[in-house]
Amino acid sequence: MPESVNKGPSSSAPAGEKIRKTAKPKKKKAGTFGTALANTPFVVWSAAFIIIPLLFVLYYSFFDPEKGFSIEYIKVFFTEPMYMKAFGLSALYSVIATLISLVIAYPFAYFLSKVSPASQRLQMVLIMLPMWMNMLLRTYSWNQILQDNGLINKLLGVFGISSVHFLGTPGAVILGMVYNYLPYMILPIYTAMSKIDRPLLEASEDLGCNGFQKLRRVIFPLSLSGVISGVIMVFVPSISTFYISQKMSLGKVTLIGDIIEQQIKLHYAEGGLNRGAAMSLVLMIIILIATFIMNRFSDEDEGVLM
Amino acid sequence: MKKVISVILVFAMLAVLPLSFSSCKAINDSISEVRAAFDRHLEGTTLNVYNWGEYISDGMDETLDVNAAFEKLTGIKINYVTYDSNEVMYSKMKSGSVSYDIVIPSDYMIERMIKENMLQKLDFSKISNYDLIDAKYKDLYFDEKNEYSVPYNVGMVALIYNKTMVNTTPDSWEIMWDPQYKGKVLQFDNSRDGFMIAQMLEGVDLNSTDKADWDKAADRLRALHDNLKGYVMDDVFQEMEGGNAAIAAYYAGDYLTMKDKNDDLEMVYPKEGTNIFVDSICIPANAKNVEAAHMYINFMLEPEVALANAEYLCYATPNTSVLENEEYSLADCEELYPKNADAVKTEYYHDLPDEIRTYYEKLWLQIKGE
Repeated sequence: MPESVNKGPSSSAPAGEKIRKTAKPKKKKAGTFGTALANTPFVVWSAAFIIIPLLFVLYYSFFDPEKGFSIEYIKVFFTEPMYMKAFGLSALYSVIATLISLVIAYPFAYFLSKVSPASQRLQMVLIMLPMWMNMLLRTYSWNQILQDNGLINKLLGVFGISSVHFLGTPGAVILGMVYNYLPYMILPIYTAMSKIDRPLLEASEDLGCNGFQKLRRVIFPLSLSGVISGVIMVFVPSISTFYISQKMSLGKVTLIGDIIEQQIKLHYAEGGLNRGAAMSLVLMIIILIATFIMNRFSDEDEGVLM
Repeated sequence: MKKVISVILVFAMLAVLPLSFSSCKAINDSISEVRAAFDRHLEGTTLNVYNWGEYISDGMDETLDVNAAFEKLTGIKINYVTYDSNEVMYSKMKSGSVSYDIVIPSDYMIERMIKENMLQKLDFSKISNYDLIDAKYKDLYFDEKNEYSVPYNVGMVALIYNKTMVNTTPDSWEIMWDPQYKGKVLQFDNSRDGFMIAQMLEGVDLNSTDKADWDKAADRLRALHDNLKGYVMDDVFQEMEGGNAAIAAYYAGDYLTMKDKNDDLEMVYPKEGTNIFVDSICIPANAKNVEAAHMYINFMLEPEVALANAEYLCYATPNTSVLENEEYSLADCEELYPKNADAVKTEYYHDLPDEIRTYYEKLWLQIKGE
């Protein structure tokens, strides 16, 4: 196997040139070999950093060095009320954060797709700009802005409004999620919107659609795949969030991601690794099922990004 | 369009520029005289140090950069890693995936690590500066024969408050439960210290092995949850310094650091009593560079180094050379060295059986998840 890979670039390059000049059918064969070659780093990468770690998660969910095989760790996720509560909160917060993101992102993406291309590019840069900064820093900045003596409260003070507690509330956690993941909602919706053929909209107008009907009957169905992608891309990181909840709630809101982190960070030696792995596994399966269901709503066969 | 993007980029880079310059200040990385002998026969080797975050004089604000000074003196390269709680450190060591040469746990954790053979006996013939350690901090319960550990810092948990926000002079932990400070109180984000406060109020033993005692304390903490602004560790600095919270339970040494930034802060050792702790330097059983580790411990005890650490960290020092040094600015600090030490009721943490530990950790998670 390695031999053929090594031989690839040196021997096939001149051959490929010849092929290009002469026969067409052979070109396809060279293409598949080239594709396989180009894919090799990706396959190796996926195996080393995605598949193998997943197998570890699977292993530690069921095996422990002393007790051997046991489904106790999986069971504890469902039987321990504390964990179920944290999971329930995670699900609730992530659904709310996803809905808020959608409500903000959809009209934004719609208007964005209608302005001039230069303005579109500029606005895309502005959306991406905060993401050049590390997510931890951004969350920490929000922590500062929302402080009792922070920027917002100082501003409210100018208008004579007394200080409002933002930090430590569920609202602050949801804000953190929305802020961090909103671009993941805007981008796919915007992409879907900008792919919509202008003539289709004109046709709908010619056929007597008013503004709302045009949106409901033409634009929305055509942008649905983007919406589904966006929903998944916001929902998935939100439900497994941990750092945002800690910083925005000052430790008062414990989500399932926080519990997994604590298990591994603090209770490693007392079965924490196994419990953490089991919880991650259950969470992954739940996310997978949720994603699958959401994908059903999209009738395009191109398969939406996970 | 491209122009606009490049203008944005240029401004972004300009904004970052001052940051990179500010880190280029001169580093104070040498000490003028050494008490013990340090040679360079281990030059080129690496020493892995695992310490608490913010727990060494690191050259900020023209203080001594202790690690750099050690590297300069001995030629040994230090690989410095930090943790934020004893439990995190223990978990990581227990995972077996790492090996450190120096670790600085607290008393009860040292007791557990000795029990579990995670520490090795020190060779005190290589730690000539050990005679500088105050006799008060020798023969302590967790290392009765002084075989495994060399005391680094001594501290107590204090009740810190902002006098502009609190209209009385508190003398009890009880004030944390006072509804008039709702949303202004900070609790530890660490189970053992968090429970300590309630245990003191309930008058139960901090090291009780009776689950009922822990239940009692847990009930109190449940009642505290709604009054809290949050559960914090290092965030306590910006909360208290910025006047964002009124009351916090935290370590007295760190109070002095906060007081530097915000003069409205005051502290008290509550009448119910508080925890006292000793953090000591140890060498893990699986250390690789044991000789360099001994050298490092000896270096940490050097009068000049210990002074720099004591000034920087603001914790009470067990090093007599610092206490006798006229340059030491905190020698008269009432908070660190209470004149009437007996008036402050203190209690050490001890290592607890697994069963109790699991029990109170679970209670803690439930309390936080209320």
